[in-house]
Amino acid sequence: MTTTSPAAVAAVAVPARTAALDLRAIKIVVQRDLIRTYQDKTRFVSQLVQPLLFLFVLGSGLGSLTKGSTGALDLKTFMFPGILATSTLFTAMFSAMSIVWDREFGFLREMLVAPVRRSSIILGKALGGATIATAQGLIVLALAPAVHVPVSFGLIVTLMAEVFLLSFTLTAFGLAIVARITQVQTVMGLMQVLLLPLSFLSGALYPLSNLPQWLSIAVRFNPLTYAVHPIRQAVFNHLDITPAVRARLTPPIQWFGWDVPNWLQLLLVATIGISLLATAIRQFQKVE
Amino acid sequence: MNAVEVRGLRKSYGELEAVKGVDFEVKPGETFGFLGPNGAGKSTTIKILCTLAKATGGSARVAGFDVTTERDQVRRHIGLVFQDTTLDSYLSAEQNLKFHAELYGMPRETVQPRLEQVMKMVGLWDRKDSKVLTFSGGMKRRLEIARGLMHSPRVLFLDEPTVGLDPQTRASIWEYIHQLRQQEEITIFLTTHYMDEAEHCDRIAIMDVGRLVALDTPAALKASVGTDRVTIRTDNDALALEKLPHAVQTEDGIVINVEDGEAYVPKLFGSLGVAITNVSISKPSLDDVFLSYTGRTIRDSEQAPGMPAFMAAMARR
Ligand SMILES: Nc1ncnc2c1ncn2[C@@H]1O[C@H](COP(=O)(O)OP(=O)(O)OP(=O)(O)O)[C@@H](O)[C@H]1O
Ligand SMILES: [Mg+2]
Repeated sequence: MTTTSPAAVAAVAVPARTAALDLRAIKIVVQRDLIRTYQDKTRFVSQLVQPLLFLFVLGSGLGSLTKGSTGALDLKTFMFPGILATSTLFTAMFSAMSIVWDREFGFLREMLVAPVRRSSIILGKALGGATIATAQGLIVLALAPAVHVPVSFGLIVTLMAEVFLLSFTLTAFGLAIVARITQVQTVMGLMQVLLLPLSFLSGALYPLSNLPQWLSIAVRFNPLTYAVHPIRQAVFNHLDITPAVRARLTPPIQWFGWDVPNWLQLLLVATIGISLLATAIRQFQKVE
Repeated sequence: MNAVEVRGLRKSYGELEAVKGVDFEVKPGETFGFLGPNGAGKSTTIKILCTLAKATGGSARVAGFDVTTERDQVRRHIGLVFQDTTLDSYLSAEQNLKFHAELYGMPRETVQPRLEQVMKMVGLWDRKDSKVLTFSGGMKRRLEIARGLMHSPRVLFLDEPTVGLDPQTRASIWEYIHQLRQQEEITIFLTTHYMDEAEHCDRIAIMDVGRLVALDTPAALKASVGTDRVTIRTDNDALALEKLPHAVQTEDGIVINVEDGEAYVPKLFGSLGVAITNVSISKPSLDDVFLSYTGRTIRDSEQAPGMPAFMAAMARR
């Protein structure tokens, strides 16, 4: 066995906490999630299967049924922004879920006993989840030409920003949910229950016009709706379609008859994300 | 300033009181052993000292800082090896340590040399790029110790650092601990169930169902539980027993409890007048200390309050 002489390396002094150090902590938490994802490419790819199945299989299959109502527009083109938004759902939730994994396998303790703010660790988790989900969004976006969506640099930047915001909020949502859960099994079941309703009630797969009342109310209570709509608007701005078709396919979201502007919708998503993150942080700050 | 200072520490989990008012201190540079049956409250005490759990009563200071009001300061100055592993097994050994270095905000230029130093110390330098997944239990333990040392903590907490390890690995872990004490100014606070390991400690505390029942140097504790035991076999036990009023007949032979066995035996040979065919002297071990203070061999928190110490002692004979 090699033995280092006593004088070889001086003792390290852990410096007092500064903003720069918190930033370093956030960065390493994100970096770990990225490394883990990079090592598990199978998972990264398999999380894309379901959204793509919806887009290409369901979209093509149902396309013939809906031809009359979408006019010249392919159903897949209509669904594309919705799929782009909901593809982040699973990944974001999975990222949040990984903290339960860490708890069960002990690694969370290593993080919680470090001299950094809990908020840095949780924020790192949320940013990590958002980054990975956005990367997946980028892959979905690469399929835009296949569904007749013309891409421009401006559109890509807009969409990625919106997708990042959405997936940040979703990861925060996931973190707030899993904060007190100690078993991976519990959280798996919970995610199963949450995921599909969230995406079905978001207007990702169908237009929000002429919905039965109960459904149109449920949709308005789903935060995902307020991310899907601006994303769809951004895509539709680049499509060559008649105002009548557009009005039918992407009617404005209304609160008591008032058209909610896109910026407000995005602000709402951001606000929800931040407050959920704050909730999650408070939960993790509790000491046993 | 004491490295660890605990005053009237209490911790309840609902109805269950895991720690029932504990006082002790650990001096800087000391290796302090924390012993006690399963469920005694050792890990709970460590969790409180490491700021991972909140005490429900009393106070504790570690490295001079209060564990409830100066949590960050405490965390900056302690290293931890938990009873259960807390490594990310999908990362490599080096990545695990780097994660730690970043989280602790170690000055960047110190990270690589320190990493090399601690990894070499535990003999894992050549495996630094392997995923932890591929490590044996002993290697993981060693890696955790290395990680706990990365940021040069002033107090290192080791919760059963050698549990489940083979004798070679256990011996080598103790070698690191001794080496550490020479190289760095470090206080080591450890729990163990191996009494031979407790011998390495400067002082040991024995905890039982949430209370400290003994605290002293290993030698003093051994002296406190009693005398040497001299066992003899003779040609004529009946006659020998007549001459030795305090001796008792057992299956193993005649047993005499005396202060100093080595000095007593030669005298016995000269004065007994019965031929002695076999003699053995046994000194109290830490096992005896442990059993005499905590009463029985197996204990779980679920069990009813224990059988008296003397019964356990009888059972052993
Ligand atoms: N999180 C918890 N919730 C409820 N009870 C707990 C919790 N942690 C520990 N306990 C209880 O506190 C008591 C002391 O447990 P602790 O883990 O401190 O024992 P220990 O001395 O470390 O035992 P061992 O030698 O088996 O590791 C036990 O009765 C245990 O059941
Ligand atoms: Mg324990």
